[in-house]
Amino acid sequence: MSAVTVEDHDHHDHGPAKGLLRWIVTTNHKDIGTLYLLFALLMFFVGGSMALIIRAELFEPGMQFVDPQFFNSMTTMHALVMVFGAVMPAFVGLANWMIPMMIGAPDMALPRMNNMSFWMLVAGVLLLASTLFMEGGAPASGWTLYPPLVLQTGNALPFAIFSVHLLGMSSIMGAINVIATIFNMRAPKMTLMKMPLFVWTWLITGFLLIAIMPVFAGAVTMLLTDRFFDTSFFDAAGGGDPVLYQHIFWFFGHPEVYVMILPTFGVASTIIPIFARKPLFGYASMVYATAAIAFLSFIVWAHHMFLVGMPMAGELYFMYATMLIAIPTGVKIFNWTATMWKGAMTFETPMLFSIAFVVLFTMGGFTGLMMALAPVDFQYHDTYFIVAHFHYTLVPASVFILMAAGYFWLPKWTGNMYDERLAKLHFWLSAISVNILFFPQHFLGLAGMPRRIPDYAVQFADWNMISSIGAFIYGPSQLIFVYIVYKTIKGGTGEKVTGEVWEGAKEQSLEWTLPSPAPYHTFSTPPEEIPTMSTSR
Amino acid sequence: MKQTKQLFAVFTLMALGLGSAHADYTLNLMKGVTQLSNDVYDLHMLALWICVVIGILVFGAMFYSIYFHRKSVGHKAEQFHENTTVEIIWTIIPTLILVGMAIPATKTMLEMDDLKESEMSIKVTGWQWKWEYEYLDNDIHFFSSLDEASNKARQIDSGIDPRDVPHYLLNVDKPLVVPINTKIRFLFTAADVIHSWWVPDLGWKKDTIPGFVTEAWTSIEKAGTYRGQCAELCGKDHGFMPIVVIAKEKEDYEAWVSEQKGIAVAEAGAAEKDWSSDELIAKGETVYANNCASCHMDDGAGLSGTFPAITKSSIVTGDIDTQTSLLMEGKGMMPAFGQMLSAVDFAAVSTFIRNGLGNSVGDVIQPSAIKALQSDITLEEDDDDE
Repeated sequence: MSAVTVEDHDHHDHGPAKGLLRWIVTTNHKDIGTLYLLFALLMFFVGGSMALIIRAELFEPGMQFVDPQFFNSMTTMHALVMVFGAVMPAFVGLANWMIPMMIGAPDMALPRMNNMSFWMLVAGVLLLASTLFMEGGAPASGWTLYPPLVLQTGNALPFAIFSVHLLGMSSIMGAINVIATIFNMRAPKMTLMKMPLFVWTWLITGFLLIAIMPVFAGAVTMLLTDRFFDTSFFDAAGGGDPVLYQHIFWFFGHPEVYVMILPTFGVASTIIPIFARKPLFGYASMVYATAAIAFLSFIVWAHHMFLVGMPMAGELYFMYATMLIAIPTGVKIFNWTATMWKGAMTFETPMLFSIAFVVLFTMGGFTGLMMALAPVDFQYHDTYFIVAHFHYTLVPASVFILMAAGYFWLPKWTGNMYDERLAKLHFWLSAISVNILFFPQHFLGLAGMPRRIPDYAVQFADWNMISSIGAFIYGPSQLIFVYIVYKTIKGGTGEKVTGEVWEGAKEQSLEWTLPSPAPYHTFSTPPEEIPTMSTSR
Repeated sequence: MKQTKQLFAVFTLMALGLGSAHADYTLNLMKGVTQLSNDVYDLHMLALWICVVIGILVFGAMFYSIYFHRKSVGHKAEQFHENTTVEIIWTIIPTLILVGMAIPATKTMLEMDDLKESEMSIKVTGWQWKWEYEYLDNDIHFFSSLDEASNKARQIDSGIDPRDVPHYLLNVDKPLVVPINTKIRFLFTAADVIHSWWVPDLGWKKDTIPGFVTEAWTSIEKAGTYRGQCAELCGKDHGFMPIVVIAKEKEDYEAWVSEQKGIAVAEAGAAEKDWSSDELIAKGETVYANNCASCHMDDGAGLSGTFPAITKSSIVTGDIDTQTSLLMEGKGMMPAFGQMLSAVDFAAVSTFIRNGLGNSVGDVIQPSAIKALQSDITLEEDDDDE
């Protein structure tokens, strides 16, 4: 008996600390991953509720529920919460959980900073949310925070700006951690070109984040000094230029949207081969295409600004550069299709979400290509057409893949199987309603409905109503996911899963060689052999 | 092409079970009424059809695979995993398609930028939340804001069904009138924040940026009324600053121009005469509804924390000169109404807020006094220029 006690004292790292404190002080990559994922899920519902307020007001023409100023706050906060509170943290959560297990590392390289970056995220989001209760209301200038409009914000402005600083610092720390982990902690045989694509896409995303977040922080700091210290960076009356802000913002903003899509590509490239029972087609070209997309993301920013009156050479350059993005993106879609081709496919929920992602993301890509044509963008710009476009690339793309990732790795995380029948219900409700929600918005935009308006002319009434109905199916049906996750954590279907979980998964990626649930500490010694089925051999 | 489009629309509607009962909306971009808007429409259709064809091919292959290469039908997975030739093929083919799209797009782009030989110029200034139009060739100048019927119906709990309001939210008190078959150059700027001037039938929109001038041109081929909206988020009433362009035959346009000159003379006369308190208050009530109520509310109660109340305001019930200079020059989010309202409207609304909305100061300010103040401001500005 005493021997056991002694052993417990010597090896205090066998399990997590008990109680609430475990979650506050933890430096374990799995705990921090869980925290990120749960926080992101919570924010998904917060941001989603704001979207439902928007769709409720737009259900019918006329103003029914909210004041126009509050409506503008809702569009602004919905975007900020979804981007910085839900999608980005969810991918950081996945990175925390999966990257060490995928490259054969015991933990992230910088575990204490990992904890700090999570709690800084919470502080940042809470600060942002607190602006809702301030005099003058939350920021209402759109998530792009364009001056001079944003300078009319009430008391919330400095708080929103400081919140952006916190979120930026948190993201940079997360990115540094990912890069340091990938460069320093791979198992001996895990060369760069043997890393799973999820690791590759996150490595590239990490560099994007480090490059862009300081730029955004700089831009909002200039807003702060323009408002409170009488500078005129963006005020023409003092020799500044409001369009300068847009250039700086979109130099950050365009790579930022790729921060949300590159890890999505990575997860899809991990899931599709497993359920097609085939190696990923064109591993090397997938890596190069990701790098190409990341590079292009830095040189296309002003396609968000075709209307500001740039010189012709600028308009043409940004049009051509933007069109180029279609090439590497096309390569990825063709590769996923070729991965499915002549496979032996089964359609468990992660695969269903992934296939829906490939199809619906491609639709978002098509509208993106159409908008790249500058003269036509003069019509599309700032209408519901673009709202449809970026929601197709974010909701049935990033969010669907996050759901796919949840179902895919839940058995590995918990050791329990989720309820496949309920999960399929969740999938079909989501896949159908998301199209009812966003497809009609293409029609609205083409017919002339501007974005960010709380009320509209009556010829837009029918499609708005259909879109709102879609929203009110899509939103609540996500609660099924919460229920499934809860049930799976509590024991799931009762069926204990193997380490491999999915047939043949061991051949594809390292995490499936571990037992399920994954022990609190994994790969304390690096693995001898690594699977190479879906990498270059 | 047109028939295919209609067929497509009909199928979409049938698939959605909507039928033909709703004929008043459109699914596609409008062709518009200018050469540019037609070029843009053709480009849009080109891009759309290219996407449709690629989509059919890619999704077709994917769904073929999903149907035939299933484990449940006993398909055995093959293990091929790379092929440099196909990677090169599916890089080169999209590149060629892109070049095919870029050529016509560049042509249209250059055309849009060609402002040479324009026959008249109109300066458009975006304000929170109305448009100011100045005809640079013949001294016509006015503001254009949301019409009263829409403005009443769009208030929360107004009890008015927007469907009963003609051109709900797309109608203005004073539309922009232009001649057809005339190359018109537009100069855009803004007084406060960035707006964007958009009439879909003209084929483009353009940002209006405070402190900068952007430009664009149009030549409308068909007489008619064309409606649009502000497209760049510009604050609370961004959704309520529509644009109406009436394109007239050249001779009708000339008639309109001389009519405007007559109105200008009459307005100048009205500013000289002495108004009674009741006349000013009656007129002021309308001016208030159109210009002030969206922030300070119909009853003058304001919006706590953002827009101060008019009722019992220390400024409105205090010294009339303080109130006048505040209205004249603006403050924070409140625009400088001195440049925006005519002397009569300015005097009327000044008098109204002091003697209505729960206030009863009892004094009156005459349009002639305002006119003197306004010309002082203009003189000062001219001095600044020198």
